[in-house]
Amino acid sequence: MLHTFVALVSDKPGVLTRVASLFRRLSINIVSLTVGESERPDVSRMTIVCEAPETAAHRIKASLYKLEITVDVDEVGRSEAVIRELCLIKVAAGPAHPLGQHSRSQIFELATVFRARVVDLAPESIMLEMTGAASKIEGLIQVITESGYTILEVSRTGRMAMRRGHHTSRVLKALGTPNGEKPASPDFATKPATDEIVPNQFPDIHE
Amino acid sequence: MANNNQHPQLTGAEILWATLVGEGTTTIFGYPGGAILPIYDALRKFPIHHVLVRHEQGASHMADGYARASGKVGVCMATSGPGATNLVTGIATAMLDSIPVVCITGQVSSKVLGSDAFQEVDITGITLPITKHNYLVTRAEDIAATVREAFQVARSGRPGPVLVDITKDAQQATAAFDFEAAAPEPHRDHPMLKAESAAMQQAIELIRTAKKPVILAGHGIVESGAREQVIAFAERMNIPVASTLLGLGAFPTTHPLSLGMMGMHGESWVNHAIQEADLLLAFGMRFDDRVTGNLAHYAPNAKKIHIEIDPSEINKNVKVDVALIGDLAKTLDQLLPMLPTSQDTAWIDEINTSKGTAAVRDIINLPDNGHLYAAHVINDIWREAKAAGRLDQTIIVTDVGQHQMWEAQYYKHDAPRSLITSGGLGTMGFALPAAIGAKAACPEKDVWVIAGDGGFQMTACELSTIAQEGYAINIAVINNGFLGMVRQWQEAFYDKNYAASPILSPDFVMLAGAHGIAGAHVSERKNVIPTVTKARTSGKAFLINFQVEKEDGVYPMIAPGAALHEMVRRPTKDPLLETAEDK
Repeated sequence: MLHTFVALVSDKPGVLTRVASLFRRLSINIVSLTVGESERPDVSRMTIVCEAPETAAHRIKASLYKLEITVDVDEVGRSEAVIRELCLIKVAAGPAHPLGQHSRSQIFELATVFRARVVDLAPESIMLEMTGAASKIEGLIQVITESGYTILEVSRTGRMAMRRGHHTSRVLKALGTPNGEKPASPDFATKPATDEIVPNQFPDIHE
Repeated sequence: MANNNQHPQLTGAEILWATLVGEGTTTIFGYPGGAILPIYDALRKFPIHHVLVRHEQGASHMADGYARASGKVGVCMATSGPGATNLVTGIATAMLDSIPVVCITGQVSSKVLGSDAFQEVDITGITLPITKHNYLVTRAEDIAATVREAFQVARSGRPGPVLVDITKDAQQATAAFDFEAAAPEPHRDHPMLKAESAAMQQAIELIRTAKKPVILAGHGIVESGAREQVIAFAERMNIPVASTLLGLGAFPTTHPLSLGMMGMHGESWVNHAIQEADLLLAFGMRFDDRVTGNLAHYAPNAKKIHIEIDPSEINKNVKVDVALIGDLAKTLDQLLPMLPTSQDTAWIDEINTSKGTAAVRDIINLPDNGHLYAAHVINDIWREAKAAGRLDQTIIVTDVGQHQMWEAQYYKHDAPRSLITSGGLGTMGFALPAAIGAKAACPEKDVWVIAGDGGFQMTACELSTIAQEGYAINIAVINNGFLGMVRQWQEAFYDKNYAASPILSPDFVMLAGAHGIAGAHVSERKNVIPTVTKARTSGKAFLINFQVEKEDGVYPMIAPGAALHEMVRRPTKDPLLETAEDK
């Protein structure tokens, strides 16, 4: 199944390698990984989506936290967080297209339905920008293709996640006050009760 | 420049040494070279003894042995490129066994980093998966804080190796040095490290209702200093204690409740006790595949309580019923007052009864038949130390292979840190350099190297280090002309196809002699103890070449994929003569 982790890590060279290397060592494929600044000046925020057995989550989380560069780790489920992705799509359209000028207006219509925006118009192509859940982006891509258009380029950011509602303030509290004061003891979202922890299902290495 | 008057301006090299002195380092193991020469140039200004190794792998093993013997952080040093890569095996060894080691490597100047300069290698990249953390330092002003943080990371939580790579220009530049100001932020405890009272209660309830509990004693007892608590815990309820390889000595082996080593070469009664247990108390151990056998059939009737400082170990291999994440000593301190007392000896009596036939079959109880067996040699080294009253003053450092398992079976370790061995990585060639580290840490103790003829040759160059330092280290080479463990597996699982396992060795006594180290050959049992005494009391390094049975095997043994109780027992009918080459 897909797991989504949000990790707050120090903003230093080599940090991405450490996180990526951890997943490599565990033989887990990263589906997407986004990194950017967070609300704290020296801390980057990563959203990591990976494909792993349901039972592997605890170990991934604990292993992530073991990295010295990690400030906090949280695993977020679909229902409790807002998960979004940004996508740029370049579609062939324009006077040279078999549909001629009409080709553009059809793309505009599709864009409106999907609440995508046109961000570039060139003689032979249109670039669309769209934000949303991964399924919505895939929907737009599918519709464009099925309408007989040629997609020239697609660039997707991968998912970003943030907990909804009170969880947000809780995380903020754990990270310290907005003026940048560091927390006395970081609150690790919620410690799983022991009966929630089940053994991982990594391939059996016991030869 | 601020603080010019208060704090001295030092070169990066001087800052490094001053910081090491401040952290309590007195001995360092290393090898100089181009990119670390500025650091060596400043060496003699500081009260640190430098042991010149013969190969950098030796340096990392020595720092490891130093740390295991003393409980302090071991420090090693190498130049860039090949110097740094030669450290790698020793770093991985320390990582797998959770040993606090700080490695300092020189690096090419920051201006040419990434240009494939002479002797440049990306050592922080190479060691990323085998260090707890590593650093690349390019500025003199960052050296003190980085090295101090490295020490903290190495010894805090679950210990491990840390590497600090320092560019040559950082070593040469100057900066203000303020040891106090360079102190790292206090170690952040893992947020999962909160022993919960609910889990505590659950644990107590499981212990209260258990009829057949077994404590699994691991290396965490030594690292946490929880020996007294574990002894109190076991004695309070008469709970038998089985040890992992690295846990040997954490709980006294001669204690009536001690069962001995568990796992692949554990005694039959130990593994049977685990398989029959209704409760396993795992103290600072990680259910390694060498102790569990086939996981699907591991301790099928037992509830499991795991006390462990590293949350990523929980449920990694074995699903547990209660996990208490935290420092072992502190957790046991909290548990002990809640623990009921019991005088019930039925369970330990049952286990002791099951020892019966196994003890009779044990080689130690067989009469001298004119053959010399490694088990005899190792048991006699223990007897000799015991007779001399030197047991708590003796450290045994083993290599990896058959002799290592015989050591674990036939040397009765009562004191923590009295056995130094590479468990997780199983590094051949570990013993000789690690013993040098142990002797440097504990010069007053008797240090024995027990190594096979194969592993000894991997790092035999360090004999020269012993000679240069004048260390009185005793070396027992268990010489059977084979890579013994490989040969045993070929015998058991590959139709005795002894491919590449016979090994020709030099005359080890002459080799020692070439280094000015005395030695002796022993091939008869009656000569073992007198020669061991001679070595121990010589006050100098001494090598004994024990010429033992060629095709002896380590038993009991659990074949790969077999369950813990499905062991191959010791052969019943004078096994040793059957496999031995008669004279």
